[in-house]
Amino acid sequence: MAMTYSEKVRDHFAHPRNVGTIEDADGVGEVGNAVCGDIMKMYLKIDDGIITDAKFNTFGCGAAIATSSMATEMIRGKRIEEAEKLTNKAVVEALDGLPPVKLHCSVLAEEAVRAALEDYRSRNGNRSGT
Amino acid sequence: MSTEKYVYMDQAATTRISDRALRAMMPCFTEDFGNPSSLHGAGRDAEAAVEQARARIAACFHAEPSEIFFTSGGSEADNWAIRQAAALGAKKGKRHLISSAFEHHAVLHTLEALEKDGFEVTLLPVHENGLVRPEELEAALREDTALVTVMYVNNEVGTVQPVEELGRICREKGVLFHTDTVQAAGHLPIDVKAQNIDMMSLSAHKFHGPKGVGALYVRKGIALGNLIYGGGQERGRRAGTENVPAIAGMAAALEESLEDREAKNARTRAMQRRLMDAILQIPCTRLNGDRDRRVPGNLNFCFEGIEGESLLLYLDLEGICASSGSACTSGSLEPSHVLLALGLPAEVAHGSLRLSFDETNSEADADRVLEKLPGVVERLRSMSPVWKEQHADQQSFGEKRE
Repeated sequence: MAMTYSEKVRDHFAHPRNVGTIEDADGVGEVGNAVCGDIMKMYLKIDDGIITDAKFNTFGCGAAIATSSMATEMIRGKRIEEAEKLTNKAVVEALDGLPPVKLHCSVLAEEAVRAALEDYRSRNGNRSGT
Repeated sequence: MSTEKYVYMDQAATTRISDRALRAMMPCFTEDFGNPSSLHGAGRDAEAAVEQARARIAACFHAEPSEIFFTSGGSEADNWAIRQAAALGAKKGKRHLISSAFEHHAVLHTLEALEKDGFEVTLLPVHENGLVRPEELEAALREDTALVTVMYVNNEVGTVQPVEELGRICREKGVLFHTDTVQAAGHLPIDVKAQNIDMMSLSAHKFHGPKGVGALYVRKGIALGNLIYGGGQERGRRAGTENVPAIAGMAAALEESLEDREAKNARTRAMQRRLMDAILQIPCTRLNGDRDRRVPGNLNFCFEGIEGESLLLYLDLEGICASSGSACTSGSLEPSHVLLALGLPAEVAHGSLRLSFDETNSEADADRVLEKLPGVVERLRSMSPVWKEQHADQQSFGEKRE
């Protein structure tokens, strides 16, 4: 019954990309909760509608770390509109699949990106309103 | 053992078969391969192997050979004992069962199934130290209690229950007492008579025997119902041709395991102290389960701010095999029911690590764990949003016990 992760998943949790925080982030999103054992916090730097940097902090299992890592890779350099379309399915496919019980981790990655972008939009809205 | 490939610190999950057990098994495959039920010489030899093993296993627990029934392992023995003891009780109108909150799922899920069949189940609390209190058992016993089942040693936190006292309370009240000794047999001395045990389950692969074999001890005079109907094997109670090699291997492994047990335990206890003292130096780390009333080969920790599965995966990358009560390793979203029963909040229970070791582990194994674990914890904390937020408030959680 041991769960087997794909080589890509193993690579991404052993060597997660973009771990960290961004001090002057333009958008920050946090999803999940510690009681369920998964929290992802996503930081975005956005310049002229393009995500120039993305970093994350994750408390969670190997799949949670790997999906966070992959999601940041997938949205870096993308336009906001493209990043908003990131689905958990796309993250899972990019990782060559996840065990069924781990699919919720990929949903969290999608939600973390959305939450960070929403934060950016709300801040942006506020700024343009002043 | 300490194979070069891994540092194996998961002996409570399973063990490598001992050379002596393996040697005891081999002739049962090749020479004494007969069916123990056959009348001819080959059958008689196989039957002799089974009966000799039964007598030797019985002797290890001060039981009679006729009180030992072979099974496929601990889970089967638990299911058999509990279901049939419940059926015995029901015949007399007794439909109340008592157990503890942190039993193995082989016990808890069997009890849940019985609840659906109309039995009432009381789970005794195990408190912060992971121990059942005899006075709470006494208070929970009722006129219609059919069975009390409390594990000898908990599989996650290693705490040793006051079995003799629990057994005495049950004996005085005329209630059947079963104990799951899967984590105790071969590791601690067990005397079914002195400890007032009516039934007990054990599993060979936890003490360097083969997988797929175990036993149920049933005290003489308890008319426990059959598990499998068919031929006359196991005195008709558990039909099916005996797993002769595994049974022979179990007997050899058990005897070997109990030889010089005190010296082995003293050595393992020293390793436990060494690991415990060093690991508790990691900030915001707590030991789960009673510090002293635990088997020598178990340690269970929670590290604040990190999750158990990722901890195991990172240790695995360093060649260290360990275990966790983490939800994510068991395929469910709930954290360990054992740690929750100890009163740990869910967010803390997610970050547990179980190290289980025995006399086959070397000091070099412990060295390797102590060399790698602090860095792995540090690395995971450095990427944890939970840790960063709570970091300023370290003292709230992680002070060493005592």
